[in-house]
Amino acid sequence: MSVPIKVKVNGKEYSHSVEGRTLLVHYLRDELRLTGTHVGCDTTSCGACTVIVDGKAVKSCNVLAVQCDDAEVTTVEGLSEAGNLHPLQEGFKEEHGLQCGFCTPGMIMTAVELLERNPNPTDKEIREGLEGNYCRCTGYHNIVKAIQFAAAKMRGQEQPLEKEVAHG
Amino acid sequence: MGNLIGQSVKRVEDQRFITGKGNYTDDIVLPRMTYGYILRGNMAHAKINDIDVSAAKAHPGVVAVFTGKDIADSGVNGIPCGWQVDFKNGDTMKEPAHPMLVADKVRYMGDGVAIVIAESKEIAKDAAELIVVDYEELDAVVNAKEATQEGAPLVHDEAPLNKSFDWGLGDAEATAEALANAHHVTTLEFTNQRLIPNAIEPRSAIGHYEVQNDRYTLYTTSQNPHLTRLLMSAFVLGIPEHKVRVVSPDVGGGFGSKIFHYAEEALVTWCSKQLERPVKWTAERSESFMTDAHGRDHVTKAEMGFDADGKIVGLRAITYANLGAYLSTFAPAVPTYLHGTLLQGLYTTPAIYVDVTGVFTHTTPVDAYRGAGRPEATYLLERLLDLAALEMKVDPAELRLKNFIPPFDGVDEPGYQTQVALQYDSGNYEPVLKRAMEMVGYEAFREEQAKAREEGRLLGIGFSTYIEACGIAPSAVVGALGARAGLFESAQVRVQPTGKVSVYSGSHSHGQGHETTFAQVVADKFGIPLEDVEIVHGDSEAVAFGMGTYGSRSLAVGGSAIVKSIDKVIEKGAKIAAHKLEAAIEDIEFAEGKWTVKGTDKSIAFGDVALTAYVPHDYPEGVEPGLDFSSFYDPTNFTYPFGAHIAVVEVDRDTGKVELKRFVACDDVGNVINPMIVDGQIHGGIAQGVGQALFEGAIYDESGQLLSGSYMDYTMPRADDLPDFEVDRKVTPCPHNPLGVKGAGEAGTIGSTPAVVNAVIDALAPFHVKDIDMPLTPERVWRAMQPKTNGREVHS
Repeated sequence: MSVPIKVKVNGKEYSHSVEGRTLLVHYLRDELRLTGTHVGCDTTSCGACTVIVDGKAVKSCNVLAVQCDDAEVTTVEGLSEAGNLHPLQEGFKEEHGLQCGFCTPGMIMTAVELLERNPNPTDKEIREGLEGNYCRCTGYHNIVKAIQFAAAKMRGQEQPLEKEVAHG
Repeated sequence: MGNLIGQSVKRVEDQRFITGKGNYTDDIVLPRMTYGYILRGNMAHAKINDIDVSAAKAHPGVVAVFTGKDIADSGVNGIPCGWQVDFKNGDTMKEPAHPMLVADKVRYMGDGVAIVIAESKEIAKDAAELIVVDYEELDAVVNAKEATQEGAPLVHDEAPLNKSFDWGLGDAEATAEALANAHHVTTLEFTNQRLIPNAIEPRSAIGHYEVQNDRYTLYTTSQNPHLTRLLMSAFVLGIPEHKVRVVSPDVGGGFGSKIFHYAEEALVTWCSKQLERPVKWTAERSESFMTDAHGRDHVTKAEMGFDADGKIVGLRAITYANLGAYLSTFAPAVPTYLHGTLLQGLYTTPAIYVDVTGVFTHTTPVDAYRGAGRPEATYLLERLLDLAALEMKVDPAELRLKNFIPPFDGVDEPGYQTQVALQYDSGNYEPVLKRAMEMVGYEAFREEQAKAREEGRLLGIGFSTYIEACGIAPSAVVGALGARAGLFESAQVRVQPTGKVSVYSGSHSHGQGHETTFAQVVADKFGIPLEDVEIVHGDSEAVAFGMGTYGSRSLAVGGSAIVKSIDKVIEKGAKIAAHKLEAAIEDIEFAEGKWTVKGTDKSIAFGDVALTAYVPHDYPEGVEPGLDFSSFYDPTNFTYPFGAHIAVVEVDRDTGKVELKRFVACDDVGNVINPMIVDGQIHGGIAQGVGQALFEGAIYDESGQLLSGSYMDYTMPRADDLPDFEVDRKVTPCPHNPLGVKGAGEAGTIGSTPAVVNAVIDALAPFHVKDIDMPLTPERVWRAMQPKTNGREVHS
């Protein structure tokens, strides 16, 4: 049975009828053809399908599309603005944080939320924050550096926050 | 431009991956595409009495259902093996048929019995549940050594005692004598456990038959598209090779598991022909666990003898290598020519004998997994050395230093002839170990360790000094050893009229960064900007031929083929330049992107020569237009990277949990084109090697059910299981290829595993533990610390 949903993905409104059992990841990949979000497992273990739903990093293989009715979704395709790479995308490139690239979108989306929660993480906090994402290529070493690169850059850009802290 | 070789250039391929624009096989959608779901046996060994697919066929949205009988009736062949290793007595290797779908029997959990093809993957999967198979379950055997015992269940009737081959290398008599006369003999019986490669991208294949021109296209997650085309067209489906195009687009990691020609590739191609519609199959992760070729799985007894000075006098190894239910593409080569031939290690051992029996079991086929045979050889040697050091009460680093082969550069000094067939190309082993010891601060660590022990803390340090044979492979040599294909590489360098360069490489990049590294070589040699070079790979229509990427071969073999073509371009360019500059060809030299008349400032730029070659209005007589060269490079020897790895661990006395505190590596992979990429390869390799030591292991129950069949049951290292890696390099160039490179893809995996295990055993010295089988889970380590037990006995 099909269910109508309205969902905003990467800033764009979509209305579709989806099967009740359709997972968000399949909706993104098959219906919207946003194939940057990957399926690496069927047990919510690998994190390759991680996207942001209403500000939270979620594994889109573990969410039904119908649960995202009225939700706002950001995928890796929606990260860069006006052709400028997001600092995390830049960090992964600068620090060689990817090899085959398959886990990368999920890693980046996980890190988006991680840095939102904790803009100045230690390496250990980054490693713990990546607990839900497998990478088989990099040994994580350069992924940690990539996220630190982005964190530094994002802190540098957020002058208002620093001022607020200074005043507080 | 220029001076790009040796620079950590950021990767050009990253842009598409970090923006979600990668193009992996499962991302591809073709018009009128259908979706296949393969029903696999739910038992490891069973006779198929009957199969009823009528309900599945009638299910709405189902396009077709094919069974093993349909495949057999169509007259196609099974999946072939690419390497032949015969029995010692001269009998031919047992090589039972491996059908795309089975009709009579399932022989392991991954055997497909039917494929349902439907308008969507969900419908296909729904319909597969309606298939009724009448199985008669049979006894199974999963352990290689047990499978060779009288009375063990047979996987194939034509392979008595489940043996595919047996094989020996070295001097058995001299070794027996050396061990008999040794001052001390260290013996170790162990299992090098089965691993599941687990590239994060599951395998996927799309068969696309186009009736209008009678052509086939296969999109597949392959490290090796041209070999897949050859094997599938000529050996399985019997269709003309020139009618088949194989495309491997972006591939999400391979680690060996995507080298081989798999049944699903031929199956979707065959199905597409029947239906005249594209057919896509993508593995679910549980299928990946069951059907991607596994790695390792050796049962070994090894003995190493020493004289009174601690010099190794002999080494003997007897191994039962599990091959799984069928012979995968390179399976027979892995435990023999990639394992037995590496047992010289870095040491001067004068007598070596290795005996390997290749065994069928009711398990997933086993083939090359990152390192492929060389990690097994290194584990064998490096565990024996550390255990010997413990038994003889000598320092494990000193013991290694004492036994190292002296340095040789392979140019002025000859290569080193081993006791096990190979001749090492160049080596200088002491500096890598000394450097790694310096990095870890060895002496200070021993003091810290002693102090920690007084406080009841269990710190340990473990060494591993390894060598590998890479740059696979000299065709004539491997041909003599049983390879049914040559292992050269091809490359075409096409200079476009505007001076931009397209390079068509037979290597395949699935994480290695060839689009950057190869472009660095080309741009550097031509003296042109990096962005003027594009590397094309992974499409049999674009690239004339290729042998793919595995065995750390891409730069050493594929890169050398590129260099050969570059040289041809420069040579022809010189003729054009001589004509244009009105100089003698002998007076022309090429440097920094231009051909110059020696000793003058008269020169012509790369782009101008390119344009002249394609607009030959003013052109040397007798020279053909165009600037486009293909080359095939067949190496004269393997390359032999080596290195020293040191692990530092702390074991929790109460829980047995191992914390990897530091990991130090000093590798020598010859010359380096892109240090950033090489470091990345080492990092990733170390992580997989640590995975084997501490976390990973395939587990079958007695009936052949795969118990570790998901990420919930098979543990791979996560970010918080690993430390930052401390890596450094020494450089001993390869003397026999034009770039002087040796290969870096597998070094990390080969070196790291025994270092970690040795460190844990060192940490457990107060408990007099000699060995624990991998993976060193908290349970195994905890049990090893309990009184009156040892690790090996308690976890059977």
